[in-house]
Amino acid sequence: MLVASQIVFERYFEPVFLPVDFQLNSGELLLVTGANGCGKTTLIRVLAGVLHPTSGTIENQFEGMAYVGHYLGIKDDLSVLENLRFIRDFLGLSSRSCKDVVEQVGLTRVAEQQARTLSAGQRKRCALARLLVSESRLWLLDEPYSNLDIEGVELVDAILHGHLVSGGACVLATHGAHRPDWENTRDFHLVSGAAA
Amino acid sequence: MSAEAVSGSLSKAFFALLRRDLLLAFRRRTELLFPVIFLLVVVSLFPLGIGPGPQLLARIAPGVIWIAALLATVISLDALFRSDFEDGTLEQYVISGHPLTLIALAKIVSHWLVAGLPIVLLSPLLALWMNLPYESLGVMILTLALGTPILSLIGSIGVGLTISLKRGGQLLSLLVFPLYVPILIIATAAVMAASDGLPYTQFLGLLIAGLITSVTLAPFAAAAALKISLS
Repeated sequence: MLVASQIVFERYFEPVFLPVDFQLNSGELLLVTGANGCGKTTLIRVLAGVLHPTSGTIENQFEGMAYVGHYLGIKDDLSVLENLRFIRDFLGLSSRSCKDVVEQVGLTRVAEQQARTLSAGQRKRCALARLLVSESRLWLLDEPYSNLDIEGVELVDAILHGHLVSGGACVLATHGAHRPDWENTRDFHLVSGAAA
Repeated sequence: MSAEAVSGSLSKAFFALLRRDLLLAFRRRTELLFPVIFLLVVVSLFPLGIGPGPQLLARIAPGVIWIAALLATVISLDALFRSDFEDGTLEQYVISGHPLTLIALAKIVSHWLVAGLPIVLLSPLLALWMNLPYESLGVMILTLALGTPILSLIGSIGVGLTISLKRGGQLLSLLVFPLYVPILIIATAAVMAASDGLPYTQFLGLLIAGLITSVTLAPFAAAAALKISLS
């Protein structure tokens, strides 16, 4: 369970968004929507622990957290497989087969290629593969649909649905061009702090 | 998790990171070679500029080699965290839940292996060029072996602080050079004392003390600096 109560994040003494309150149970997807610049990325980074909230508390009982943001965290000089193997070893999950995950995200053909040779969409898939490798229960996704083709969008929906069904949870920030519509999906409309 | 399991997962993370950074350094060989070539060029310019007087060269050899080592280290420092910061890997480290101090230490170790160790290994060649007396060669190598890790450690704090700035590299050199001055003074004093046949162990003792202090404190400071840069 992830409980956020009255989270406020201030930048230059101005709140980025209005206080955030929500509760996320396992198997649930929280869609964070809102206009450009309303602080979706900031909220995700606060939840991830990269930024510290100015006030309010975050209580996270999920085991493990994985995050895919605008900067994908992929090393250009390593191949897709090397990137995934690193994250697997780094997290100490030596049991997981990276080849299976590469196949699952449709990158088998380029698995041995250096990441710098991949297209933007393929890089995104590589970052999404990290979610599967990490075996985390809580996923924090910041615009996961950007740069992806229709097939890629369907792929995100498929792995996300699998994650939720298996008892995981996800906070997904999107500007709303595409949105998954499952019964365990809840909306959270984020309002910019400038509106106050 | 038990204490053993925690320390086991931490050492796994440490070595996974170290192995990946060395692989990355190998893939970017040209970046790796540049500071080393710079070091060789700077030292080889001195005999050309000052004139090949053996006595004079021997006198200034410790200072020249050490200053060149400082410059070469500062050139290579920026690579310590910059690519991780720019491609989002640093955020992934934070999310992994592993202590940032451990991650900083692994990065510093790999930086030293890639940038500091070559200086130590090349120092006999540099000493030959500069006509350093044979008796003080051992002390020269020893001061570099003890001193270059301190340079990487202190430098990591500066890199952590300047990483989020566009032109952080220039500020970085201003930030770390004053901190490098004591090491330069102690190390060159040791080599000069050895050349003159005077006792030099007190200087080596000071370098060891500096190394122990910086190993225990710098990773914490670097991790704190990285956290500031991320927000």
